Amino acid sequence: MTTLAVVSAGLGRPSSTRLLADRLAESAARALGGDVSTETVELRDHAHAMVDANLTGFPSGDFRAAVESVTGADGLIAVTPVFNASYSGLFKTFFDVIERGDLEGKPVLLGATGGTARHSLAIDFAMRPLFAYLRANAMPTAVFAASEDWGSGDTGLPDRIARAGAELAAAIAGRPAAAKSDPYDEPVPFEDLLAGR
Amino acid sequence: MQFGIFTVGDVTADPTTGRTPSEAERIQAMVTIALKAEEAGLDVFATGEHHNPPFVPSSPTTMLGYIAARTERLILSTATTLITTNDPVKIAEDFAMLQHLAGGRVDLMMGRGNTGPVYPWFGKDIRDGIPLAIENYHLLHRLWREDVVDWEGKYRTPLQSFTSTPRPLDGAPPFVWHGSIRSPEIAEQAAYYGDGFFANHIFWPTDHFQRLIGLYRRRYEHYGHGSADQAIVGLGGQVFMRKNSQDAVREFRPYFDNAPVYGHGPSLEEFTRETPLTVGSPQQVIDRTLTFRDHFGDYQRQLFLMDHAGLPLKTVLEQIDMLGEEVVPVLRKEFEALRPAHVPATAPTHASLVAAKENAEVTR
Repeated sequence: MTTLAVVSAGLGRPSSTRLLADRLAESAARALGGDVSTETVELRDHAHAMVDANLTGFPSGDFRAAVESVTGADGLIAVTPVFNASYSGLFKTFFDVIERGDLEGKPVLLGATGGTARHSLAIDFAMRPLFAYLRANAMPTAVFAASEDWGSGDTGLPDRIARAGAELAAAIAGRPAAAKSDPYDEPVPFEDLLAGR
Repeated sequence: MQFGIFTVGDVTADPTTGRTPSEAERIQAMVTIALKAEEAGLDVFATGEHHNPPFVPSSPTTMLGYIAARTERLILSTATTLITTNDPVKIAEDFAMLQHLAGGRVDLMMGRGNTGPVYPWFGKDIRDGIPLAIENYHLLHRLWREDVVDWEGKYRTPLQSFTSTPRPLDGAPPFVWHGSIRSPEIAEQAAYYGDGFFANHIFWPTDHFQRLIGLYRRRYEHYGHGSADQAIVGLGGQVFMRKNSQDAVREFRPYFDNAPVYGHGPSLEEFTRETPLTVGSPQQVIDRTLTFRDHFGDYQRQLFLMDHAGLPLKTVLEQIDMLGEEVVPVLRKEFEALRPAHVPATAPTHASLVAAKENAEVTR
């Protein structure tokens, strides 16, 4: 079974960010075919827990399960509204809790929403550097949905969603099974530590 | 089981009065707390080491030496001694001196320190934290066991024909703990030497520390020091007590809400659920502390954090009295009744280390 994690940082209920996130998830699942399990994390539901985790250094309760569903997934779809020329604070607060190695090599599809298409480059100047730092594998196609995209057939939104979903599916399919060693189960032997290895 | 107090040594305003103690008051308060710990029948007092405000204890052996002179029985320890930024030669000398002055009532806990700027202030690089802890401790370990040391490493001036003085009291170096919140490397290090492992325990959830302590126990056995359940484990804990648990919660809440580490974050109720913090009656503290054994196995030392977040000295002394009168006697009995005979009751003491050394010499 393939697992997809979806992180949606929309604030409204319903939110257009969630709408885009769901569309991207459907597209990726369709392209993957077979058995796909999708876990969606609405960051708003974890807003307080996320701040607590930043202060205490550990995610607790339901929020921990949400973090683990993201770090353990085969692929990630991350979607944020654009606020004041960048991803939302809620979105960044979530990824600040993620340990640096935990998204390493993970295929990630980026998405963003905003009032007008003039915000669309926020994906490239804000989101991509964040995921580059986390050493995630961000797909070349990212999807920005402006308000007008939801009412027009000719802005190409469905095509972009389909292309992005296919890219994510191909990256997941082409990624070798993650052989992640657990440092608590298999510690570096002391002789190696002492030798500076 | 050994019970004691560990202190961070923070100078924090009392949030209920807005009053901040002076450094002089705080230092005297720490001494008073240590003396009270002995009077209340506790076994251990451990001080932190810090090199930046708002913390006062930059010179642990000075403080512990003074406390040693005013106590008879109390084991003097640290939580933690910075093995990364201190010169291991100076640690060897300072703690051997303290050991002589205190008649052997000394052990210490190695820690890396998590304050970024302290590393460059002492000429080190925080990115070398683990390698510093490994190399420096390896030297410290030799300095206490070999009369003359030739040594060359990466982080310190080489030594030729160096003898660290004074030599450890009765030829028995102080027992060493290694404290860590999250590094498997440190659990591995403690296991390799057969030293103790201390899990701070108070800021993070139980299942995390179960993994860390599980690793330490497994590797302790792997390195041939005994079975996994004989490994020497210490745990932190944090409590606030009143006869009625509602009173405890009411009185402690403003200190919790404004505490330096977790203040303005999770609620008292959430933090109590996620971490070992217990705010309530002495019976609740007893019940909660007994669960630590269920989670981590029989262990040898339990330290409580009691004097932080601006709690007034008078309150802290009351807490230690309650601990000594109502909590620790029950815990001693209960833990002792549950402990299998082959598991050590306490961490090694000076007397037991000297005896072990003599046995080893007789055997040879």
